[in-house]
Amino acid sequence: MAEKTIETFEVKRLEILDDEGNADKALMPSLTAGGIRNIYEGMLLARAFDERALSLQREGRLGTYASIRGQEAAQVASALAAEKSDWIFPSFRETGVHIAAGYPVHQLFQYWSGDERGMRCPDDLNVFPVCIPVSTHLPHAVGAAIAMKLKKQKSAAIVYFGDGATSKGDFHEAFNMAGVFRAPVVFICQNNQWAISVPLSRQTAAKTLAQKALAYGFSGIQADGNDAFAVYRAASEALYKAREGGGPSFIECQTYRISDHTTADDSSRYRPAGEVEYWKAKDPLKRLKSYMEKEGLLTEDYQKQLEGKNERTLDEAFREMERIGPPPPSEMFAYTFRQPSRRQEIEMRSFADGGG
Amino acid sequence: MAAVNMVAALNMALRQEMEANPSVLVLGEDVGVNGGVFRVTEGLLEKFGGERVMDTPLSESGIVGAAIGMAAYGFLPVAEIQFMGFIYGAFEQLASHASRLRARSRGRFSCPLVVRTPYGAGIKAIELHSESTEAMFAHIPGLKVVVPSGPASAKGLLASAIRDPDPVLFLEPTRLYRMIREEVPEEPYTIPIGRARMAKKGRDLTVISWGSMLHRALKAAENYDADVIDLQSLKPWDEEAVMASVKKTGRAVIVQEAPKTCGFASEVAAAIAEEAIAWLRAPIMRVAAYDVALPLPRLEDFYIPKTVRIRNTIDEALKY
Ligand SMILES: Cc1ncc(C[n+]2csc(CCOP(=O)(O)OP(=O)(O)O)c2C)c(N)n1
Ligand SMILES: [Mg+2]
Repeated sequence: MAEKTIETFEVKRLEILDDEGNADKALMPSLTAGGIRNIYEGMLLARAFDERALSLQREGRLGTYASIRGQEAAQVASALAAEKSDWIFPSFRETGVHIAAGYPVHQLFQYWSGDERGMRCPDDLNVFPVCIPVSTHLPHAVGAAIAMKLKKQKSAAIVYFGDGATSKGDFHEAFNMAGVFRAPVVFICQNNQWAISVPLSRQTAAKTLAQKALAYGFSGIQADGNDAFAVYRAASEALYKAREGGGPSFIECQTYRISDHTTADDSSRYRPAGEVEYWKAKDPLKRLKSYMEKEGLLTEDYQKQLEGKNERTLDEAFREMERIGPPPPSEMFAYTFRQPSRRQEIEMRSFADGGG
Repeated sequence: MAAVNMVAALNMALRQEMEANPSVLVLGEDVGVNGGVFRVTEGLLEKFGGERVMDTPLSESGIVGAAIGMAAYGFLPVAEIQFMGFIYGAFEQLASHASRLRARSRGRFSCPLVVRTPYGAGIKAIELHSESTEAMFAHIPGLKVVVPSGPASAKGLLASAIRDPDPVLFLEPTRLYRMIREEVPEEPYTIPIGRARMAKKGRDLTVISWGSMLHRALKAAENYDADVIDLQSLKPWDEEAVMASVKKTGRAVIVQEAPKTCGFASEVAAAIAEEAIAWLRAPIMRVAAYDVALPLPRLEDFYIPKTVRIRNTIDEALKY
């Protein structure tokens, strides 16, 4: 008889771009100048959308909104690593993912204004609707990934969630099934360190979230989530591995929620301002911008041009939402089943007669 | 006595029950430092400390499941589920365990826990923050279901729920949290679970409702000589009070915020049909939401039964 170590694990962290915008050339993902600009442009538009949405909410023209400020790199750089044929499963704080995927901006305004039609994904995109119950969409991504495998398609599913989501049973069930079926799925956790007022230390006693994958038989890595290159590289490698039959991966993007949880929250009640300031200095956009300036990829002119274009995009998108107008009330009956039930037909008639 | 809203009344009940009995614990997401997203547990952490007011991981099944273990071990946990739309992860714990522990162990173990959760429409929220699925829970033998309709009833009913020896699902109509202020006695008191409240007295018909819809029912019945009954408890519910009223008036209109099919109004209607059909002078009528997923804010107002719909139904019952 003996007592011996039968398994050991290690958890890696990937950092490429520092706070001053210097990149570790040896670790750089393969990205052309155009590819880098693409990421930057996506992040800048995501930031601009976020700011616009917050101000529209304050004016009462949008409903409750969940800001992504500080998480642009984790969202945009990972989503840009995906192919159009991959399926994307967002949670509720994924504006940057939607924008990177090319989701129509006016539909994002529609959604946050409380209009269901905003979640009607265009036919040429594969973005699942926003998932409100935390973590419950993870098994859907696993199922889609298994389906891709059954159909022998070289695609992957990519699913987004927060640190709080790792505490739910659905997270564990999804991870376990993904491992067992070697499903081509990439799990992306944006560890922004808070779940409303609950800090990460109340979600887990583990040192990292990345290590949770190991218990389910696949790899987990922590990436600096405010580092667009680290996120892009980790996501590209995981997606490549998934499409090549290598099974699931987990990426913990360590980042920070700069804003309140939503516009209905007041984070000054529960977290120190100093912490927010510390993370503001690690702003993902600022870091990428400094890098691009040093590499001669970004000029004053180009920056101005982008800002102007983004303002126009957002103006037009909001105008488009207003032009379309509110949904017709009868719309609420339209999608319960493909064919309405007898009772619904009666209800629809009574509603049309002013019974509502 | 001060006029307070429902949030303050619930907070008062929690505070007083925790003061009176060291076994009472509070647990849930954001209930401690943040005082709950609606501030119902505000100040409790400061007063009673982290062992009695626990901020938990984001884990509905864990919260209710652990509360079952605490309850069986002798505590009186009050678990908060942040919105009723997130209770389904804990549905198994409620339906398969909390409600059955007493029966399963032939009385050796019991489960005196309370699950509080905000519910109902009318606050223009994002998806799954507004549904009324009380009937799904009232259907479970062994689980009590309580719905206050105002600050004063909220305080007394929550105190009863905490002291109750069995599991209670305590549904707090989100729309009412800050809508009404009422005189609420400072000193602790209880309102018995299972007893309805006569919100208005009359002779011509009986209107039955609960929670947030009670207020629309009252508004609709304003100019009628009607009994308006606030059920307050859905499980067990006050069949005696309802039957006595219906036998007197001969007409019953039941108003619920949930979709019509298999809602709690169906249970009330069926019981009236069984027990009081010989006294009826009109068909039993239900006013309910449509059988569709509750829409996002832009269409929410078209979904919730309007006062005019209730009034039209009252007229129909009276004219029959
Ligand atoms: C199952 C479930 N429980 C509770 C909530 C209420 N809620 C919304 S977001 C949130 C915190 C989520 O934290 P995290 O997963 O870290 O994502 P983040 O908000 O930080 O993006 C909570 C508790 C919910 N939406 N779903
Ligand atoms: Mg978080």
